[in-house]
Amino acid sequence: MTTSPLTAEYGGATYAPVEPGGDVWVLNLGPQHPATHTTLRHVLELRGERVLSCTVHIGYLHSGFEKLGEHLNYNQYVVVTDRMNYVSPMANNIAWHHACETLFGLELTPRCKVIRTIIAELARIQDHLLCVGCAGLDLGGFTAFMYPFNARETINDLFEEICGARFTTSYTRVGGLMQDITPQWPAKVKRFCTEVMPPAIGDLEKLLTRNRIFVERTKGIGYLSHDDAINWGWTGPLARASGVRRDLRKDEPYLCYADNWDGKGSSAVQFKVPISDGGDCYARYLIRLAEMRESVKIILQLADNIPDGPVDVLPESKQTLPNKGEVYFSIEGLIHHFEQIMTNRGHQPPIGEAYGANETANGELGFYLASDGGNTPYRVRCRPPSFINYQCFPELVVGHQISDVVAVLSGMNIIAAELDR
Amino acid sequence: MLIAKFPDIDFAPHPLMTRAEKSHEQLCARVPPERLLEVMRFLRTDDRCNFEQLCDLTCIDYLNFPKARDRYGVIYSLLSITKGHRLWVKCFANDPSPQVPSVVSIWKGANWLEREVWDMFGVRFTGHPDLRRILTWEAFEAHPLRKDYPLRGRGEREDFERITRESA
Repeated sequence: MTTSPLTAEYGGATYAPVEPGGDVWVLNLGPQHPATHTTLRHVLELRGERVLSCTVHIGYLHSGFEKLGEHLNYNQYVVVTDRMNYVSPMANNIAWHHACETLFGLELTPRCKVIRTIIAELARIQDHLLCVGCAGLDLGGFTAFMYPFNARETINDLFEEICGARFTTSYTRVGGLMQDITPQWPAKVKRFCTEVMPPAIGDLEKLLTRNRIFVERTKGIGYLSHDDAINWGWTGPLARASGVRRDLRKDEPYLCYADNWDGKGSSAVQFKVPISDGGDCYARYLIRLAEMRESVKIILQLADNIPDGPVDVLPESKQTLPNKGEVYFSIEGLIHHFEQIMTNRGHQPPIGEAYGANETANGELGFYLASDGGNTPYRVRCRPPSFINYQCFPELVVGHQISDVVAVLSGMNIIAAELDR
Repeated sequence: MLIAKFPDIDFAPHPLMTRAEKSHEQLCARVPPERLLEVMRFLRTDDRCNFEQLCDLTCIDYLNFPKARDRYGVIYSLLSITKGHRLWVKCFANDPSPQVPSVVSIWKGANWLEREVWDMFGVRFTGHPDLRRILTWEAFEAHPLRKDYPLRGRGEREDFERITRESA
C-alpha cells in the first residue's frame, strides 16, 4: 500500500510516482475496460511489463444506497439490496432481512428458513459460477465462460418461478417471503442439483483445473498470507483460500445452518468448509469450486423435506403483510394490511442498534441498523465484502506483470455496485 | 476485563439492543477519542481479547436521535477469529471539527473504511496516511450521509460543468 503523497496526475486521477522520469510508464486501466467488468479505475506505473505501483480510484458507481435506506422502510429497501451485488441478488435480500429480523427480534417459521437456506445456496452457486467463468474469460478462455452460464441460466429460471424476476428478485420480506414457492419448485431444484450442476462443475474442472495456461497464469499470482488476510479484513472464499478458518454459517449459525432450527430438535445441515493455504488466485478458484459442491449437498439435504406450514410469521405480530386472500376477504386481514402500509403506521421496531451478517458468496455481508423507533431505519450501514476485500489490491499486484492484474481482479470477484453502493 | 485494565475510563458497556436471551446480545463499549489507540492496541494484542480483525468501521450521525448527546458516533466492529467473539466500540466526536485518531496502524483494513467515513460524514481521522475522499470526487464539498444533507442533494449534479461537443 502506497503511503507517499499522490503528487502526480494522469488523466484527472492522482497517483504516487515511484521514481519520476526514467523509463517508467503510466497506464490507465479503467473505468471503462472489459477486464474490470464494471467501473473501477487503476493508475498503474510500469517498467516494461512489471507493475511498480497501483493506485485505485473507485466511486464511479456510487449511488447513495445508504442514504436511500434512511428514507425507505424495511420492506422497500430490499429492492435496493438487489442492486448491490447483482450477481447474487437473493443472497443480499436474505442478508438484509436477516439484519432486520435481528433488530426486530423475530423468529422465522421453519418453512421460511428452509426456503431461504435453499435460495441462499443457489445464490452462492450463481455467484461462484460467474466468478469462475469470468476468471477463465479474462485469461482468454471463452469456453470456460459460456459453460457455467448454462447452469446460471437454470438458476435464473428457478428464481423466476418463485418471484417472477430473474435478476432483481426482491424475494424476502420482514418475517417471511414475498410469496410461497410453487408446488413443483422443490423437484426442479432437485433436478438442477442432480442433473445440471454435477456436469457443469465437471466441465469447469476439465476446462480449467489442469489447464496449463490457466494454472501458470494463476498459481502464485496475487498471494496474500494468512495474517495479512485477517489484518486487511478479508472474509469469505478469499480469506479461506489464504487459510483463515472462518465461515459465518459455522461460526455464527443462522437459518438451517444452526442446530434446532425448527424448534423440534432438527440438526443443522451437514457440510464442509473448504480451506486452502495456497493464498493465490488458483487457490481462490479451487475454493469456489469446492464450495459449489458443498452448496449442492446442502440443497439436496433440504429440498426433499421442506416442512409444511406458513412461510410468514403470523400477521398478529404486526410485522408482516398478510397475504392478499386475507386482505380482500377478512376484516382482520384488511386491518393488518393498513397497519403496515399507512404512512403514519408501519413497522415499530425497538429503539436501538443491531448488526446482522450472512455468509454470502463474496464474504461477510452485514447490515448495521440503527432505529429510532420510526417506520424507516435511522441509519443503514452495509458492510460490503467487495469494498473491504478490494482495498489491498495494490499490494497483490505490485511486482507482477500487467497481464496478472487482470487475473487477480477476476479472481477476487469485485462487484462495483457493491463496492461503491 | 477492559474496565479492570483501564479503570479511569467510563466504558459504559451496554448491549446494542436488549434481548430476552443474553447470548444473543451484542456488546458495545464506549471509548473517549483521546484513549482510543491505547484501548484498541490492548484489544488487538491481549490474549483474552485477540480482536485480530476490524470487521467494519462506520459512523452514525445522531443529530435527531432520541436521547443522544454527541453528534457523530464512529463505530468499530471488532471480530476475534480465534475466539469467535465480537465487540462494538463507539467513539464520539462533535462539531465544529469532529476528529478521531486513526487505527490504520493497528488494522491495515481500516484505511478505506476511514476514508469512506471522512467522505460521507466529514469526521477527520488524525494520523491517517492518505485521507482523501473515496466515493465522491475531490471537489465535492458536502458530506452526504450527514442528517442535515438533503436526500436529493444540494444541486451539485445540476451545477456540474457540462461539456458539449462545441466546448470540448
